[in-house]
Amino acid sequence: MSTPAGKQHTFDIERVRADFPILGNKTSRDKRLAYLDSAASTQKPSQVIEAISSFYRESNANVHRGVYELSETSTELYDQARATVARLINAPDRRECVFVRNTTEAINLVASSWGRTNLKSGDTILLTMLEHHSNIVPWQLIAEQTGAQLRYVDIDDEGRLRMDQLSEILQQENVRMVAVTHVSNTLGTITPLAEITRLAHDAGALVLADAAQSVPHMQVDVQQLGVDFMAFSGHKMVGPMGIGVLYGRRDLLEAMPPYMGGGSMIRTVELDHSTWADVPEKFEAGTPSVADAVGLAAAADYLSELGFDEIRNHEIQLTNYALGQLREIPGMKLFGPEGDDRAGVISFLLDGAHPHDIASILDGEGVAVRAGHHCAQPLMGRLDVTATARASVYLYNTEEDVDQLVSAVETVNSIFRRGAK
Amino acid sequence: MADLYRENILEHYQNPSNFGTIDQPDITYEDTNPLCGDRIRIDVTLKDGKIADIKFSGRGCAISQASTSILTEMVKGEDIESVRDLSAQDILDELAIPISPARVKCALLGLKVLKSGAYGITDWPVAESEA
Repeated sequence: MSTPAGKQHTFDIERVRADFPILGNKTSRDKRLAYLDSAASTQKPSQVIEAISSFYRESNANVHRGVYELSETSTELYDQARATVARLINAPDRRECVFVRNTTEAINLVASSWGRTNLKSGDTILLTMLEHHSNIVPWQLIAEQTGAQLRYVDIDDEGRLRMDQLSEILQQENVRMVAVTHVSNTLGTITPLAEITRLAHDAGALVLADAAQSVPHMQVDVQQLGVDFMAFSGHKMVGPMGIGVLYGRRDLLEAMPPYMGGGSMIRTVELDHSTWADVPEKFEAGTPSVADAVGLAAAADYLSELGFDEIRNHEIQLTNYALGQLREIPGMKLFGPEGDDRAGVISFLLDGAHPHDIASILDGEGVAVRAGHHCAQPLMGRLDVTATARASVYLYNTEEDVDQLVSAVETVNSIFRRGAK
Repeated sequence: MADLYRENILEHYQNPSNFGTIDQPDITYEDTNPLCGDRIRIDVTLKDGKIADIKFSGRGCAISQASTSILTEMVKGEDIESVRDLSAQDILDELAIPISPARVKCALLGLKVLKSGAYGITDWPVAESEA
């Protein structure tokens, strides 16, 4: 997991940090904020905040309806945002990008709409033990309705997918859909998505990738990966909450029935039936969150300008720096694979201290981390833990943040080992 | 943070009172904190309407374990009817540490389990600051 030789940061971390107003704030205990919970949600740069604000100040009107100037402006900004998002993931056609609320909604859309018309008893939906609840529960719901069964690919002891098992299930069962995360939100494992897609397609199955933890951190190219569907959220990529994207191959989206009914998604409405608008509008019932789409486009531009190679390198360096120091702390147990297939997510446990107590003490020291099951209870069960503490790094984090984390974890140790049996 | 993890709390966490299970309890109930999946079970035996014995088991954070340990000390030997009147604030007062909103459920899980077992009151006890 080393940085390519001779490759140094070309982005100026202090300049990056200055773009994020919240990072300069002190906590209520007057501590410097070390925000290490970007896997849950990222902070927003002024560029994104300004894009949303100026939309409401200057361009706000409903889309696709008015013939007046403001509505045309709003519609144009909405379409441009879609084009920007399509460019970000190298979608062949902007119409393959459906705006939704978040990754969860994108996966529900596919599970419900595609699943309802394509799954039947005897079919298999193949998931993995790495999945977030958002890539499990929608499939459970549709499996119950259609009689399809769920299977899970296990992980090895380091947290990598058991590819031998994936191949075996693909060969032995009638797998129709492989729904798999690109990056584990708990272990940081980067899955071999292109290879999974190749194997799935050879077996006649489609692939949906949960890219919520990958699109913000690395160059993700849907054509290179070959995925059929991909879901991600704006708020995890320095964009606003309340907006996400479903990428879907156009032929698949066109064959799918609507997910929700209402305005915008119809061509004609009669008393007893309706006909549908083309994709992507067919899947965008009701007034969309145009301001958030505009904010998401600003976020995509922000990341693209910094450069995904730079962002990824920065995160690799920081992750290695953190792992190296955390490993030395007595009682520390670290989770996740070590190597190039590891993103900037660090789950850990400390002997004698519950993850929630760790997080509370860290909070007191100005360090924001997540503690709990990370919406991945099956994975927690597989790891034989009820919860972990999780620090996650992003483009605005520094070695100072990591030092603050390490020092706070040492404080946890000193509190809980004081008087320990 | 040192104030949240006072010696008293750590002592109850690391050496809890009334920890364990009872073979043939009159009341037994188990529940989880939805926030973290932490689990607490409380067993009670009654004699003449009083709590003759009480034990708790499960695993969880220092706040939930310590507050349940303290709760068992508070009610052991008391009239079971008095448990009905125990409020969230009574527990928080007894803990005497600053509990942030995110951790209130940790502090009240034991009381919820005891009231659920004794009276079928399965709602979360409401702290005054939330009411």
